[in-house]
Amino acid sequence: MTAVEIQTPGAKAVRREFWSQLLRSKTFIVGMAILAFWVLCVVFPDLVATHDPTAQDPLAKWVRPFNDGHLFGTDRFGRDVFSRAIYGAREILIVAPAATVLGTGLGVILGLTMGYLGGIVDDVVSRLIEALISLPVILVALLALTSLSAGRLTIIGVIGFLFAPLVARTVRAAVLEERNLEYVRAAELRSENAFYVMFIEILPNVFGPIIVEFTVRLGYAVFTMAGLAFIGFGSQPGSPDWGRTIFDERISLLSDVWWPSLVPALALASLVVAINLVADALEGVIDR
Amino acid sequence: MSEPALAVDDLRLAYVVRGRSLEVLRDVSLRIEPGESYGLVGESGCGKSTAAYAAIRYLPPNARILGGSVRLAGRDVLAMGTADLRHLRAETVSMVYQDPGQALNPTIKVGPQLIEAFTVLGLQPDEAAHRARDTLAKVQIADPELVLNRYPHQLSGGMQQRVVIAMALACDPTLLILDEPTTGLDATVEAEVLQLVRDLRIEYGTAVLFISHDLGAIRSMCDRVGVLYAGKLVEEGPADEVFDEPAHPYSVGLLRCLPRHGSRKGAQRLESIPGFLPEPGADLPTCVFVDRCPLVDDVCRTEVPEWTMFDDRSVRCHHVDKVPAIVHAELPAGVEVVIDRSTPPVLELKSVSKTFHQHGKKVQALRDVSLSLYAGETVGLVGESGSGKTTLAHTVLGLHPPDEPDTIYCDGQPLVATARRRADDQVRAIQIVFQNPDSALNRRHSVRRIMSRTLRKLAGIPRSEVEPKLRDVVSSVRLTEQHLDMRPSQLSGGLKQRVAIGRAFAGEPRIVVCDEPTSALDVSVQAAILNLLADLQREEATSYLFISHDLRVVRYLSDRIAVLYLGRIMELGPAERVFDGPHHPYTEALLSAAPSVEGNSRPRISLEGEIPSAVNPPSGCVFHTRCPRRLDGDMCSTIEPPLTPTPDGGVIRCHIPFDQLSRAGE
Repeated sequence: MTAVEIQTPGAKAVRREFWSQLLRSKTFIVGMAILAFWVLCVVFPDLVATHDPTAQDPLAKWVRPFNDGHLFGTDRFGRDVFSRAIYGAREILIVAPAATVLGTGLGVILGLTMGYLGGIVDDVVSRLIEALISLPVILVALLALTSLSAGRLTIIGVIGFLFAPLVARTVRAAVLEERNLEYVRAAELRSENAFYVMFIEILPNVFGPIIVEFTVRLGYAVFTMAGLAFIGFGSQPGSPDWGRTIFDERISLLSDVWWPSLVPALALASLVVAINLVADALEGVIDR
Repeated sequence: MSEPALAVDDLRLAYVVRGRSLEVLRDVSLRIEPGESYGLVGESGCGKSTAAYAAIRYLPPNARILGGSVRLAGRDVLAMGTADLRHLRAETVSMVYQDPGQALNPTIKVGPQLIEAFTVLGLQPDEAAHRARDTLAKVQIADPELVLNRYPHQLSGGMQQRVVIAMALACDPTLLILDEPTTGLDATVEAEVLQLVRDLRIEYGTAVLFISHDLGAIRSMCDRVGVLYAGKLVEEGPADEVFDEPAHPYSVGLLRCLPRHGSRKGAQRLESIPGFLPEPGADLPTCVFVDRCPLVDDVCRTEVPEWTMFDDRSVRCHHVDKVPAIVHAELPAGVEVVIDRSTPPVLELKSVSKTFHQHGKKVQALRDVSLSLYAGETVGLVGESGSGKTTLAHTVLGLHPPDEPDTIYCDGQPLVATARRRADDQVRAIQIVFQNPDSALNRRHSVRRIMSRTLRKLAGIPRSEVEPKLRDVVSSVRLTEQHLDMRPSQLSGGLKQRVAIGRAFAGEPRIVVCDEPTSALDVSVQAAILNLLADLQREEATSYLFISHDLRVVRYLSDRIAVLYLGRIMELGPAERVFDGPHHPYTEALLSAAPSVEGNSRPRISLEGEIPSAVNPPSGCVFHTRCPRRLDGDMCSTIEPPLTPTPDGGVIRCHIPFDQLSRAGE
């Protein structure tokens, strides 16, 4: 019998179904809209901002919101709060994704190795990971930033290093399910090496959980960065960075001036919430 | 006459998928009288399960009933409120599903679960406990007390299914729905469970709706059968008559796909039904079978066939009179290949043992297995699950090493224990076709990628020359080049298995291990795959180690059969002799357990109990604890019988002399 017919649905249809499900999810749309806004602010801050974020005006300090052309008022140096919040997105939106990419990359390599090789490798690395996870993130970051340089690269490195074990755990669990499937046996029976089996055969099949884990970690990275900036690491005094600004302007709260610190805090919150909305939506749609 | 247990009239049902309404049941009408047993047959995707679930309105949220009525014991199921429906499901109807392990809660002991089935009916706890014990006895569980105190995972599959049946019978249902109740079970256990249902049905007077892809099981269980195709009932009638003289071209095709009457690959190719089942919701304005029917003409394409009634049967076909004359498709007769056993064997196992260590216990999965496989030969491995078939296959493949090195030889050379360490020519010499093509193919890789990687890796073809070779491989497994750019999810089960077979053959292997290659497929697809395997074997002189629980399939493809029990070879010999006798008592029991589509089943020899644990195998002959022909005295229980040569070149492990091992009762 030479029965040959094309069967539906095609790979394209599957992909289309994935996107149409995502686009029908309100959480995804809202999350993406907020994210898109912040990305726009990183790429073209001058399009959104109304003032120069560093321009001081001693005559117009602590202007209340919605006055004198200042949407969210001015701070103690008379700088425009709204424009500073817009410019402040840059640092966090470059460093946090970079750190998350690093952490996810390391985690994927670790998780694949542990899950696929198993045995003693898995046992040893698992214990190490448990030890690493028990360390408080901020403390390790502080240690690294003080003992190494306090630059951007250190922050990326530290956050990436601390996130890798968390990602590795998720990936390992997914790999454990895959490695017992027969396509892995088939690859072994044509004597593929472990590298090929892990990265070419298994990796594409665990992409779903990796993407979800990536978005979740991204939210935490933003959070961690803001925390570090708040205690004075990762940005120079006077920079419009959100965490830094909240720290710099918190004293003004005592004088009943709430807007210079609340606005960057809200900006930060909106970014974290947006990332989590996207992560939620992805988790719902990606079939494991 | 009393109300029928189930009356379905003109039921039309659709699933809404992405806003489109896909019709899956098209005017299905059926009637099951009280105490009657009704079987539904058809390929997967025909709507068998949907019909059963519709009978109790237990449907997914996207199901829409478009018309018709369902009456269960005289009550309109489709008009009921939620509370009434719940009462109905609790009191008048029960269901038994395919996987008993999933039907039981793994965290609760069997006792409380079973007792709950009675307390929901309003019984007091002590009364319920009493009834639970009674019911377990009814499903022939010898020690109810012991079973009640066990967790489901501590019971074997057959025991679990008995417990599920006991729960189903708790409410003394008017209708019992069995959805593939024995699919995951061994033939011997299946036979026990089917016998149990048969007995209980008579005792309780319960009507049964039985769904199975196993036509033999349906025949042995059911008074009447309905043949479902693309959501439409195309034939209905008494089971024996429908199976002996099918009156619809689809029923004819379905039955002819099975290897019957001991047919063999050398003598006859198998028929298969050309084409594919229509997609759910496909527009089928006239006869639903029109695209695949051998009798099709203009009338079939323009007019809807109405029921044609005769005797006690009804058929939906314009050409009922021509059906008995449907000729067997022009089947190129199989070619008998003579296997040359004077040359050295391709594969030789010399007393191979494999012991697993689990929690400090030794589990001997294989013991002293010796076997030779010659070029172009198929050796079938049969035995219940736990007999060591898969362990044997995996040991040969090098997925785990045997206890002693250098006990397996390929072309006279000792085979390196693990696949990773084998040299290229040993790796390509032995390949496998897995049971489940869904998990055997990487779902993220296209067929092209799967095939070309294998060609480069196993056949050693450089990247630049892969393309023309790819075409050869694809056409050798009867696929076309357009399949190359598809992913496995875009292919049907049969096409996926072709890809898997193509992959196994890409490196021109000497030996291919076939591990239940057709058990996940429908019979019509199974026939095509078996034909393909037989063709490839003839063309390439490849040897097969063929594992299947379906004895008809094993017999069709195998030249010799090895019967395994607890990791030991009990019998090895030519297929005809092993099947027709004289054979080992264990073989005899295995053969008698398989329900036959032809109906003239042999007197069933039941095996007592389950296959013993390999941790602590019985003394003497390992089979003596279940053997129906155990000798008087303690010879069988103390002395392990040696493998004795038989006149036909085989071996048999039994104390009873070979010439006395002919069929029981002869």
